[in-house]
Amino acid sequence: MTDAVAPPNGNAAPVEAGAPIMAVRDLVKHFPVMSGDIIRRKIGDVHAVCGVSFDLYPGETLGLVGESGSGKSTIARCVLRLHEPTSGSVHYGNVDLLAQNTKQMRRLRRDLQIVFQDPYASLDPRMTVADIVGEPFKIHGYDGDARARTRELLRLVGLNPEHGNRYPHEFSGGQRQRIGIARALALEPKVMILDEPVSALDVSIQAGVVNLLEEIQDRLGIAFLFVAHDLSVVKHISDRVAVMYLGHLVEIGTRDQIYASPAHPYTQALLSAVPVPDPVAERRRERIVLKGEVPSPVDPPSGCRFRTRCWKAQEICAEEVPALIDRGHGHPSACHFAEVKEVV
Amino acid sequence: MSESEVLPADAVRPDGPKADAPVLEVEDLTVTFATPDGPVKAVQHVSLSVDGEEILGIVGESGSGKSVTMMAVMGLLPKTATITGSVKFRGQEILGLPDKELRRHRGKHVAMIFQDPLTSLNPVFSVGYQISEAIRVHNDVSKKEAADRAVGLLDLVGIPHARQRADQYPHEFSGGMRQRAMIAMAIANDPDVLIADEPTTALDVTIQAQILEVLETAQAATRSAIVLITHDLGVVAGVADRVHVMYAGRAAETGAVDDVFIQPRHPYTLGLLDSLPRLDAEGHEKLTPITGAPPSLLHPPPGCPFHPRCRYVRPMCSEVVPELRFVGGLGQRSACHYAEELAGVEPGPS
Repeated sequence: MTDAVAPPNGNAAPVEAGAPIMAVRDLVKHFPVMSGDIIRRKIGDVHAVCGVSFDLYPGETLGLVGESGSGKSTIARCVLRLHEPTSGSVHYGNVDLLAQNTKQMRRLRRDLQIVFQDPYASLDPRMTVADIVGEPFKIHGYDGDARARTRELLRLVGLNPEHGNRYPHEFSGGQRQRIGIARALALEPKVMILDEPVSALDVSIQAGVVNLLEEIQDRLGIAFLFVAHDLSVVKHISDRVAVMYLGHLVEIGTRDQIYASPAHPYTQALLSAVPVPDPVAERRRERIVLKGEVPSPVDPPSGCRFRTRCWKAQEICAEEVPALIDRGHGHPSACHFAEVKEVV
Repeated sequence: MSESEVLPADAVRPDGPKADAPVLEVEDLTVTFATPDGPVKAVQHVSLSVDGEEILGIVGESGSGKSVTMMAVMGLLPKTATITGSVKFRGQEILGLPDKELRRHRGKHVAMIFQDPLTSLNPVFSVGYQISEAIRVHNDVSKKEAADRAVGLLDLVGIPHARQRADQYPHEFSGGMRQRAMIAMAIANDPDVLIADEPTTALDVTIQAQILEVLETAQAATRSAIVLITHDLGVVAGVADRVHVMYAGRAAETGAVDDVFIQPRHPYTLGLLDSLPRLDAEGHEKLTPITGAPPSLLHPPPGCPFHPRCRYVRPMCSEVVPELRFVGGLGQRSACHYAEELAGVEPGPS
């Protein structure tokens, strides 16, 4: 996958063969918690993302999974500086994104696009579809025939180009998500951040959008950071998978490593909780039902953040944050007692 | 119209009145909403029955009529809805009963759990009070007794420190805890049928697993039947005994989960299973989406509602509405003219 050649764009940061197109290091994002008094004082921090590092390679799909509050969407936004990270670094090729000023950043955003979860909220209801898809050309300038290119984009995502003069409300959820994808593709990006792109869609529609994303990647060689909570969809679409829990990356590896031989207890519990549509297999499966709920990110547990729900927790888990390193399973996991267990 | 298949495994049931089949019978239910654009037929000719202590899954996508069907059973639809057909609870017709008499049924015989517990709980009363209120509506007990029973119920559904938590308000509960409280409230009067409308859709998977366990506990405690409305085929596969697949307001297929999931006899069921990415899939097969989009209920297509999206479509499909009829073994029924031809077609990516 890594040797896929991205289409020439002219504004790309050079990427050497085998090097990541995007490198995130020690990313931290804290949101302030304000008091409700007249004079609003900062009384704490929501520790949304705490020291997350990963690489995204050209042409690959990295799935980022976790439950609500795990920080996966915050990462998606920090990477594009839609949220300003508290600390850490994000490199696109060898360009340090956090060192860019607004103008430089805007130019770089041609290469870095995002598709949002809610296709109802992310499209302007007063713009026609052709205007929505063609707006990037106005913002960033386009030498060619923008109208022809818009029609081409609509066709690419499986919509009728004749429908360009319609408004978003005339389309179904799946079609709207395709419009959002066409808009993101307009400037031929190198990296696409997909923030829960199919979560709002019905299953029969979802499959079509997933297939479309795969086709686009095969044709254009775009790298995807695919953020989702649905582990079945992530398994289907990803080359590599990163699992998050309460702001920490707990395990990362290839799809087969994560799904066939998960080493972190949280990954195992998460996978065992996903129901499969096969009554016989489903009855036979052993389910790890976790105790309790995700703790508050305002006051996260010391040491390993999963220890309050973990059946393996010992004293060391409260004292020492487990590092995300390879513990002899072929891929990194952040657990003092990591051990491969088959759960699917 | 008897749907009570006599399965040997089910025949051994603890005796008592609840073991009698069926507790809830819906026959030829049609719900029409009057709108400025014309009548919307949300549910058409739906028949189903629920036996005592059985779990019936109702699956379908948005707008398939699964929630409306159960809202009609509860008598919760607005006045703009025209409802025809029959809803019988233990043989007694409850459709068309005046609200006052319906209220005696609701909660006591049929209870409902909604998708979003935050909007179904009253924010200005403590959780314990709301549960004890539900108890006092149907039982002549003192406030103290009702409050104690509320604490017991909260404990049963796995809320830690139930006595302290009973005095807290809904906003102090997390999503999973609220849903537990809703289940506690629903089983407070020992209902015969528990209708759960997407009870885990708003929750994370690890919490979903907890709530499904609580539902099983609740069923064991009350020995009630459960109607589980969901769009998640995996949840139905793991929990339900029988499944009812709905499409565009009609029943597409119904039968035991083992039959329907392993040997589907309706192209829609097959399409749903094929379009689902699976955790247990080996290798990487392409998904097979169902082409097109669900039809408008204002102007439903003639004939079979699924025919514009069906990969097996024939001329007859656009002319004659297929009846839900027995196909295959043991009570599996399908509303497809050519259901027999699907015998041997197994779901899974092609």
